[in-house]
Amino acid sequence: MPEITRDEVAHLADLARIDLSDAELDHLAPQLQVILESVASIQGLAGDDVPATSHPLPMTNVFREDVVVPGLTPEQALSGAPAVEEQRFSVPRILGDEQ
Amino acid sequence: MSETLVAFDEVLERYDPAFGLEVHVELNTNTKMFCGCPATFGGEPNSQVCPTCLGLPGSMPVVNAKAVESAIRIGLALNGSIAEWCRFARKNYFYPDMPKNFQTSQYDEPIVYDGYLDVEVEGETYRVEIERAHMEEDTGKTTHIGGATGRIHGADYSLVDYNRAGIPLIEIVTRPIIGTGAKAPLVAKAYVAALREILLGLGVSDVRMDQGSMRCDVNLSLSPKDSGELGTRTETKNVNSLRSVERAVRFEMSRHAGILDAGEAIFQETRHFHEDTGTTSAGRPKSDADDYRYFPEPDLVPVAPAREWVEELRASLPERTADKRARLQVEWGYSELEMRDVWAAGALSLIEATVAEGASAQAARKWWMAELSRSANDRGVELAELGVTPVQVAEVQKLVDGGSLTDKLARQVFEGLLAGEGTVAEIIDARGLAVVSDDGALGAAVDEAIAAQPAVADKIRGGNQAAAGALIGAVMKSTGGKADAKRVRELILEKLA
Amino acid sequence: MSIIEKTAAELIDALAAGETTSVELTQAHLDRIAAVDGDVHAFLHIDAEGALSQAAASDARRADGNALHALDGVPIAVKDVLTTTGLPTTCGSKILEGWIPPYDATVVKKIKAAGLPILGKTNMDEFAMGSSTEHSAYGPTKNPWKLDRIPGGSGGGSAAAVAAFEAPLALGTDTGGSIRQPGAVTGTVGVKPTYGSVSRYGLVALANSLDQVGPVTRTVLDSALLHELIGGHDPLDSTSTTTPVTGLVDAARAGATGDLKGVKVGVIKELAGEGWAPDVMAKFNESVDLLTKLGADVVEVSTPSFEHAMAAYYLILPAECSSNLAKFDAMRYGLRVTPDGDPSAEDVMKASRDAGFGDEVKRRIILGTYALSSGYYDAYYGQAQKIRTLIIEDFKKAFEQVDVLVSPTSPSTAFPLGAKLDDPLAMYMQDLATIPANLAGTPGISIPAGVSDVDGLPVGVQLLAPVLEDARLYRVGAALEAAIGPVLSIDKLEVAR
Ligand SMILES: [Mg+2]
Ligand SMILES: [Zn+2]
Repeated sequence: MPEITRDEVAHLADLARIDLSDAELDHLAPQLQVILESVASIQGLAGDDVPATSHPLPMTNVFREDVVVPGLTPEQALSGAPAVEEQRFSVPRILGDEQ
Repeated sequence: MSETLVAFDEVLERYDPAFGLEVHVELNTNTKMFCGCPATFGGEPNSQVCPTCLGLPGSMPVVNAKAVESAIRIGLALNGSIAEWCRFARKNYFYPDMPKNFQTSQYDEPIVYDGYLDVEVEGETYRVEIERAHMEEDTGKTTHIGGATGRIHGADYSLVDYNRAGIPLIEIVTRPIIGTGAKAPLVAKAYVAALREILLGLGVSDVRMDQGSMRCDVNLSLSPKDSGELGTRTETKNVNSLRSVERAVRFEMSRHAGILDAGEAIFQETRHFHEDTGTTSAGRPKSDADDYRYFPEPDLVPVAPAREWVEELRASLPERTADKRARLQVEWGYSELEMRDVWAAGALSLIEATVAEGASAQAARKWWMAELSRSANDRGVELAELGVTPVQVAEVQKLVDGGSLTDKLARQVFEGLLAGEGTVAEIIDARGLAVVSDDGALGAAVDEAIAAQPAVADKIRGGNQAAAGALIGAVMKSTGGKADAKRVRELILEKLA
Repeated sequence: MSIIEKTAAELIDALAAGETTSVELTQAHLDRIAAVDGDVHAFLHIDAEGALSQAAASDARRADGNALHALDGVPIAVKDVLTTTGLPTTCGSKILEGWIPPYDATVVKKIKAAGLPILGKTNMDEFAMGSSTEHSAYGPTKNPWKLDRIPGGSGGGSAAAVAAFEAPLALGTDTGGSIRQPGAVTGTVGVKPTYGSVSRYGLVALANSLDQVGPVTRTVLDSALLHELIGGHDPLDSTSTTTPVTGLVDAARAGATGDLKGVKVGVIKELAGEGWAPDVMAKFNESVDLLTKLGADVVEVSTPSFEHAMAAYYLILPAECSSNLAKFDAMRYGLRVTPDGDPSAEDVMKASRDAGFGDEVKRRIILGTYALSSGYYDAYYGQAQKIRTLIIEDFKKAFEQVDVLVSPTSPSTAFPLGAKLDDPLAMYMQDLATIPANLAGTPGISIPAGVSDVDGLPVGVQLLAPVLEDARLYRVGAALEAAIGPVLSIDKLEVAR
């Protein structure tokens, strides 16, 4: 049976960039455990002979011609921004390196 | 951790280097990878965006056919196999320059796999195996505000422009390259140079390393000599000139050896390259934050290039670089050594273009390989990034051929071009470099020379025309090299007839 | 009968005959909204001004003989998960409070181009996660039949608006039953079209490979009218089918004559029995008997892998949505929460996402993050995608035997608000019968089968057809609807008449 510990939930929340409180972690871990147990039934159910389906309809090669189409104006692009400076999105200082 | 650097020769006594390169190439398509926004450089901030490349809720991607075509052409030119069926995947990680907080890329199903590129260093050929080349999208551009340096660390906040977000990238990844020993830095550089040459020939990218349309990450590891193992690697990011590629490999070899000599372990991390010092510094450690949770992009359907299309593209590929090089060597009448130097300097395309503009192959080689190569070396930049174009070189040579410039004056024109003094004509004008062929001005100088060397004048009067050289030299000297030598000779012979 | 009780088809006729105007009937619906929506809370945003001006424009067109479409002038409500210029789009989430998109979803463009006045945006479970509309950050929608009951979800707002006669038509989205299950518990008709046959561009994605936009109406014919309007290929949606789904209105009209001779109907063995409320099964069995009476050939079919549909769904959906919802990071739009001190971008992202997302959204993001993590991918996401293959095969086999499949839409009638809020699994069970169609991409419809003998609340019957055979749903659905007779009427509702 899969086990999802409180620590693991905290790690996943970190990966997902959600600042969960202790109370939320206490609440969430057992709920996730129940859900995981219920979905665990499918493990090992289908073997190597069964292909995976990522798209319900089997389509391939949907392309667009390399032709410019009008997009948004800078005003439209920035219209929902929490903070703007010099026609750019202003974001708090960034800690990590680029990937 | 030890920061002792081991001398390069000494490194090779105890260790074998292995390196690998990940090269990101921005395609020069009209539009972005997944939307119809212009993929051009340098628009006003956030003026080349739409819901899709801005990652607005509800927006969806559609693949640019031209980008797929370019990826296939690159794959074929790199002797690679083209996938019969492949998919895009999401690479999930959070970063403010990435509008969706996932990059639409390819994971275990790249469009190109199993290619290679043969590169030559000092007369020896090395095969660089290419594991894969895949399609992905670029990120936005971040400007860091405040703090001391304008760098990310210590900044107060940052400003993001998403014009670059979504521009098509091809990432070309080599397998670890082993067995190059002391040549490792040179092979790395030669590989990037050869790759650049191929991409230029394909016309799929501007490949301007200085502008970021071609970016290299250098992986390096050392293993105990002759152990046949692969050591722990570091990944040096954004190494953005040919010279830097060589220096980054060299520096990391020395640094790794210092750590290993001290009995310590290499720490798997990314490193930053510093152009000014040629050194690297620690970046981000590899961690479980690198769990990118790849999965197939559900908003895109698989790419299954028809074999007929692939073969059509193969048939229309430009001449292979090796074939071209051999052909041009014959056409231009260069020796093996001359051709090798031209190739190593990255001057093949430049000379080809100069010849196409009307210059002779010998003249083109003379300017690019002597005059301009020296300047490029002095400045530590690539020949192609020097700012002098094949058109200008041909123009200068045409003036020399026509007699209105001497070689010596031509050198001054190049000096002016490198200094950014304007066009060829402007520089000649401003510096007063035109050859003097005016009989009035030349006549006085000729009279002076005849008067100064009566014995020589007598010889000429006696029919020895070859003796005129001495008087011509004197006139050239007195006019500061600006005299039209042909006219001077005519005047001397007239006056001493 | 007041004008708001008319079906869309009747309104088309009334407008064409000049018996009413778009302004009149739009105003009538706005009045109804003003009267009852305080109790029902079907709407998150009401655009009285915009709707009336669109209605006036429609009347002017009609006066000139230039109606854009049969439905020109018939008002509509739009689920708040579809982007609308000039109108907020919040997806029922705090994180998007006040966000006004700079672009229209393709389906919104289509209804605007056809001249349908938009009454407003309807309530929903946050980001369409839920089966009760209780997970809306802006408070729950109530079932107009009984105000202490849920209206289903996630599209409870659209279903309740149509059931309460606040709108004759609405747009919904169905990822695992979000159109059909609300339809069942509110006594309305809801259709999930074939995957890819209605554009998803501008639909804020929950699970991209499962989502589909569809009609929410009071009759099968009305659904067909709206479905034909919103369907069709969209070059902005890479998963959009090129084969058009046609003949829906004709099929609905043909079905209404009540003849199903030669039609083979399969009762899904696995979607009955334990866990299915006896009052629901009683109504369902009556529908099956009616199908036989109408001349259909009814047999039992088995789809064994449906047993695992729920598990596969609750892995695929969280995986896709964990990635989709990463874009809500407080950098480009939406709620930004800045913690005290000197917070980094990462701190702001974390705080904003914690404050902006509700419990169910967090649960599914964490679950999806887990399912995609390296080491778990194959066991969870990979397996789920294989189960999907098995379910598609089950459908194929079933449709070799029969033309349409039939089951109850939902295991119970509308349950009391709050009853399942602390039991996610019990909530998930609501979608047992609807999920397989989303996994396989097949179309489905829910129509009212009557009211429960126990609580007097509506019961839904679901019909499923093969991919692209949506017309079959309309033919059989209209026949069954006619045989069952009217289920929903304004005098049966608890909300004020
Ligand atoms: Mg990459
Ligand atoms: Zn764009």
